Amino acid sequence: MHFGPHLLLAALEGLVTSAVLALTALGLSLVFGVMRVVNVAHGEFFMLGAVLAWAVSTAISGHPAIGFVAALVIAPLLVGLVALVAERLVLRRLNYNPEGTIVATIGMLYIIQQLALTFYGPEARPVEPPFSYRILLPWFGYSGYKLSVVAVSAILLVITWLVLTRTKIGLIMRATQYDRETAQAFGIPVERVYAGVFAVGAMLAAIAAVLIVPISQAHYLMGQDPLLLSFIVVIIGGLGSLRGTVVAAVLIGLSDGIISMFFSPTLAKIIATLVVAMVLVFRPQGLFGTTSR
Amino acid sequence: MADKNGFFDLSKTTLSRRTALKGIAAGAGLALAPGFVRYSQAQSSAPIRIGFQSHRTGIGAAYGRWYEKTSAAAVKAINDAGGISGRKVELVIEDDGTDPARGAEVVAKFAKQHKTDIVFGTLFSHVVIGSAPAAGENKIPYFVVSEGHHVASTKLNRYVFQPGITDVKSQIQSMAPWIAANAGKKVTQIFPDFAFGYDHRDYLPPALKAQGADVIAQIAIPPTESSFTKYFPQIPAETEVIYHVMVGPAVLTFVKELGEFYGSQRPQLFGFIDSLEAVDINSPGLEFLDGSHFWEGSPRYAQADDSAAQKAYRAAVGIDDNGAAVGDPKDVSTAAHMFGCWETLYVVKKAMEDAGYKGPEDRAKLVEATEALKEFAEGPEHPQGPKTFNGKIHQCFGIQNISKVEGGKLKVVHKTKIEDGLYEPEGDYTTQAL
Repeated sequence: MHFGPHLLLAALEGLVTSAVLALTALGLSLVFGVMRVVNVAHGEFFMLGAVLAWAVSTAISGHPAIGFVAALVIAPLLVGLVALVAERLVLRRLNYNPEGTIVATIGMLYIIQQLALTFYGPEARPVEPPFSYRILLPWFGYSGYKLSVVAVSAILLVITWLVLTRTKIGLIMRATQYDRETAQAFGIPVERVYAGVFAVGAMLAAIAAVLIVPISQAHYLMGQDPLLLSFIVVIIGGLGSLRGTVVAAVLIGLSDGIISMFFSPTLAKIIATLVVAMVLVFRPQGLFGTTSR
Repeated sequence: MADKNGFFDLSKTTLSRRTALKGIAAGAGLALAPGFVRYSQAQSSAPIRIGFQSHRTGIGAAYGRWYEKTSAAAVKAINDAGGISGRKVELVIEDDGTDPARGAEVVAKFAKQHKTDIVFGTLFSHVVIGSAPAAGENKIPYFVVSEGHHVASTKLNRYVFQPGITDVKSQIQSMAPWIAANAGKKVTQIFPDFAFGYDHRDYLPPALKAQGADVIAQIAIPPTESSFTKYFPQIPAETEVIYHVMVGPAVLTFVKELGEFYGSQRPQLFGFIDSLEAVDINSPGLEFLDGSHFWEGSPRYAQADDSAAQKAYRAAVGIDDNGAAVGDPKDVSTAAHMFGCWETLYVVKKAMEDAGYKGPEDRAKLVEATEALKEFAEGPEHPQGPKTFNGKIHQCFGIQNISKVEGGKLKVVHKTKIEDGLYEPEGDYTTQAL
């Protein structure tokens, strides 16, 4: 294949990775930014979203698009509910203690993963895409659905940004992030904000998973890669910075797509990890992060 | 950051004498639990216990489940017919997570804790290679159903056998003439980046060369990969045949993305059914496979000329004419491989009866009796077809099926002969000490 089309394919693949990664990492970044909780179980909320998407879409007969849209609504809501319960039962009881919550979310990771293994099984199961249009380029064909994933993610990111910057809810969240105690003194129900943020963070991961599951099937171990990549993105972008998260996701996604196509996927992972190390050495707060107060 | 709740305060966890006593009491209780009860009557009436190293979780899970179903059906058939030397057979199952390190632990656990008579049933080649030394150290016969060439390469040890399924080197050698004559001469290979894939990488080029065809590119993909489009630009434009063999949970994605990439303008496809094992070939997005060819050890779909033995085997295991579980058409089996479990258990029965096997003290005799086997006739015990067995390299040789995708089914269009797949032995296990 010639260089031009080759690069185009690499960029397309990279964009799809970026889109899904941006949503997943945004959830992780939000939870850390507002709650100062490093959620190690984030990848499992992603997996749970995919598994529930399979369950919902197989329960609903008719055109695959109906099942998919239902999954896109129901699966994130259920995941949000699970996250809410986890927040109430576990994180709140630890007073959001940073070390305690790391250990607790590691525990949650295993509990969710093993429950999925027990009740869903070890198989990878497919979810039918809502439409299967194949875009025919002169050099190769490309899945139309994959491109729609990029578009939907972009829309969701814009909505999240609008909510954070233009609404009262966003203002309350930013106030809590900026200074928890002062926010509380001004009558902001900090604990309720925390619960909501944790649920929303998990829901973002679940939405990303529902979008990706028609491309790669639902599997109980599928949460590991997104977790690792989300951490990389969040560290590079700066924990708690929405802009940084999106920029870093596009950066990592595109470089992953291009490097793994022209060289090797292993090299892409090596470089991403190296970038993380360099960022940690030279700019520990991340590209767009502010130094913690 | 302050450790307010004392999560990392190790000084809190001192071991009191009372706790220690409780631990000892619990341990003693465990030792007396039902699993540890020894048969007090004569050994001859105790069941023969076969340790089944199963891929219940990890990337081999779909295979593991069907290997268990097939083995359970074979054990039931053997027991209904009087067992082995009049003794009942019992499977003891342990999950190896499709992981080589865990695999070795499982083999040692069978030998030391469960004290099973043999270990059996492993598929994934990296797990076999990782577990084989443990079988050798514990001197416990290890019957694998793996398809890899590692047993026949004589690089493992005298306790490892593969008597139920032909190895990859032999499969490739017997099918290469058909590929070169019917599919094309310029072949690009896509294979998983681990032991099983390396058998394909190493043995396909010489086998095709002998037929006047060439492998022009080799693309290795990690078995845990979840997206594949990025590998396809490496396929040279002049490729006439894509020879693909993938494993792992994402095989459906692999084939689907191959279809998106090429559409109907594709080169010829010759795949090992591993790329679609346990996956419905009529899944959306796979329409482009129509007219392509697959290797199958045993055909997934019932064929017009199926023998009575094949029909009985399918009924016993519980698969319908489409190779899916009876009653659940979505639960597609791993038919191309799992027959090997059935046949291996019958080989074990034959070898144990030949050896006059009584218990673990006769394991060496069992090894020698297995090595003495020469051939297995087609029939209820060997429904896939006749096989020969080479005791020096612990490997059997059988026929291979090449099937074409036609109208949403796989139809066998060519069967190789046993002789097509024979090669010079690379060594001799029987010279190793027992």
